[in-house]
Amino acid sequence: MKFLPLVWAILWRKKVRTIFTLLSIVVAFLLFGMLQGVNSAFKQTVDRANVNRLIVANSISFTESLPFSYLSRIESVPGVAHVSHQNWFGPYYQDPKNFIAAFPVDAEREAAVYPERKLPKEQFDALLHTRTGAVAGRQLAEKYGWKVGDRIPLHSTIWVKKDGSSDWEFDLVGIYDVPSDPAQENAFQFNYQYFDEARSFSRGNIGWFVVQVSDPARSAEVAAAIDRLFANSTAETKTSTEKEFQQAFLKQIGDINLIVTYILFAVFFSLLFATGSTMMQSVRERVPELAILKTLGFTDTAVLALVLVESLALCVFAALAGLGLAIAWFPSLKDAIGIASMPPIVFVEGILMAAGLALATGIIPALRAKRLVIVEALRS
Amino acid sequence: MMRQILAITAMNLRSLPQRLGSSWVIVIGIAVTVAVMVSVLAMAAGFARTLAGTARTDRAIVIRAGSNTELSSTLSRENTLTIMDAPGVRKDAEGKPLATAEIVAIVALPLKTTGTGANVTLRGIGRNAAATRPEMHLIAGRMFQPAVRELIAGRAAMAQFKGADLGSHIAFHDADWTVVGIFESGGDSHESELQGDIETVLSAYRRNLFQSVTALLESPEAFDGFKAALTTDPTLKVDVRRETDYYAEQSVQLSKLLNLLAYFVGGIMALGAVFGALNTMYSAVSARVLEIATLRAIGFGSLPIVISLLVESLLLALLGSALGGAAAWLFFNGNTVNTLGANFTQVVFHLTVTSSLLVSGVVVALFIGLVGGIFPAVRAARIPIATALRAN
Repeated sequence: MKFLPLVWAILWRKKVRTIFTLLSIVVAFLLFGMLQGVNSAFKQTVDRANVNRLIVANSISFTESLPFSYLSRIESVPGVAHVSHQNWFGPYYQDPKNFIAAFPVDAEREAAVYPERKLPKEQFDALLHTRTGAVAGRQLAEKYGWKVGDRIPLHSTIWVKKDGSSDWEFDLVGIYDVPSDPAQENAFQFNYQYFDEARSFSRGNIGWFVVQVSDPARSAEVAAAIDRLFANSTAETKTSTEKEFQQAFLKQIGDINLIVTYILFAVFFSLLFATGSTMMQSVRERVPELAILKTLGFTDTAVLALVLVESLALCVFAALAGLGLAIAWFPSLKDAIGIASMPPIVFVEGILMAAGLALATGIIPALRAKRLVIVEALRS
Repeated sequence: MMRQILAITAMNLRSLPQRLGSSWVIVIGIAVTVAVMVSVLAMAAGFARTLAGTARTDRAIVIRAGSNTELSSTLSRENTLTIMDAPGVRKDAEGKPLATAEIVAIVALPLKTTGTGANVTLRGIGRNAAATRPEMHLIAGRMFQPAVRELIAGRAAMAQFKGADLGSHIAFHDADWTVVGIFESGGDSHESELQGDIETVLSAYRRNLFQSVTALLESPEAFDGFKAALTTDPTLKVDVRRETDYYAEQSVQLSKLLNLLAYFVGGIMALGAVFGALNTMYSAVSARVLEIATLRAIGFGSLPIVISLLVESLLLALLGSALGGAAAWLFFNGNTVNTLGANFTQVVFHLTVTSSLLVSGVVVALFIGLVGGIFPAVRAARIPIATALRAN
């Protein structure tokens, strides 16, 4: 501890160089925070998926429908606690850019399968009793400034009503919260009955079923039992856990993880050179000073440690600043990825990266400082 | 003046090897920035090129009004007949319209690379599809036969998805479909698809609604008449678009996202590279304070000194951009990537490192070199001679 002022003084020996090196590292960790943050936000969507829930979709692809009659047959499978059903509504609000994740559902079944959604009792009752009623997640409602009681027109790109129009109107009767996973607050649910009676084609068909199993340990078994039930029928099913389902979907978009890894690898590769060169220069210039320290009684190991601490201080301090900037900047990505803050794990990873970087760039100059022979060093 | 500049610059460059270690910081910082920017932009360029390759100005696609994509559209059989008979559609020798009424269905096939399921387009195509899309031709096997469960697969689909090889069987809708042919169509988005006879696919999926009509027009100018005829027809509620517009719209979103990523990440990396360059050039200057002061003392002007330092940093930047561009080209040009397209299905495309991307890489590099060189250079020219000479 008593050497901290010494490390501090060494760092600011050449102000300009230290400042620019610091800034290079800050910038690299800003990028690390943002990119790794996005990456881990996507991973979290998958990790937070409920292990109790299964998705039963058509085996050809989840865009193919399933008959409504499967509902009672799935319910009768042992181990199934609740079943809900959803359809892909594919609407936008006012402008094609404002895509909304909206689903026609049976309100009571939906509530049983998604207990984490918190909707006030009177709003839930209103949904049950209003044919054109709908509920929206808190984040979605805030995004478009919707209030309970508003009449919301959505244009479906798929479903046409019997009157030939694709414009559907809903009465917003409730707004729900999902404290355990705010990313879920971006959806919109409305009554299936209204949807099924008004749509002009494909009536009685369901997009997919969501099954709540009574014992998560048996979910694989239950999934296999459901698929067996419909094997060799006209619409075979493929049942996967919610987690597998979301993983498969994210993978289809592209390998985000791989792209982020490539970019960060490139960033840290160049940072290794920038910081490494600074450390080398810093030690080279201080050869006489280091020799004096050794003359004063510093052991070889102490000198080695001194250089390593110098590099550690530089990297960790800059990394803290960079990650801090990333945390401050992260909320602006909310619309794109649905979460408002950088996952804390990224911060920890960042600090570990900084320590690794410090070790990698500091070790060669530190060894050189350790091996200095006093007489020769002083003579130079 | 010119002679002074040349003399100092030559001297500077000859001493570069002594400063090799720190000079690499500029080169590598810039190389990495350029490589990342060019690679991400190459992804956007490849995607846009694949979709644009699908389109012709004298071809139009008709889908139901209000649907943005074929997948969400529905058209009745009568409607498709009306559309194909509209004025402006080119006719073949027998007087039949060069148009194809189609559906797109989705088949889940595993990716060859990871084994995870991917949505693949199965397109049911009409009898005149081959003449409507003359760029498409078989490169192996034969055409499917109507009423038999046979498919042809695009070249990119064959390369990416399991079960899309010639002769392989795909099981869906309680039947085995055989891939009997492989086609190519100039690297466009149809190459990511499986195609089969429209009536066979409709009956397998128990559907009776079509989703789109693609028509080859008599000329690009015939489009307005064709569109007017369809949009004023009271029996139709359709959107009529030129293929070029339709496909350009589909690549907009992803291109925007990738461009944003490239400029955001590239911008921050460029900033980092500027700091690295400043560091290198400042230390280059401070190592030569005495030398520069001596030069000025014997009559060399400030401007030649500034220019000589700028030349040094710009040359290093140029070297960096060349390395970065070459790395992007070597490692990523032609790499096959797939992502979800507008129909919720996979579009396979190749990263394309174009020459204009390489040029913009050089521009970015020179900018970094300029900013990184100018401040140290000006400082070098400003240090009072006496102070500098006394310093050592």
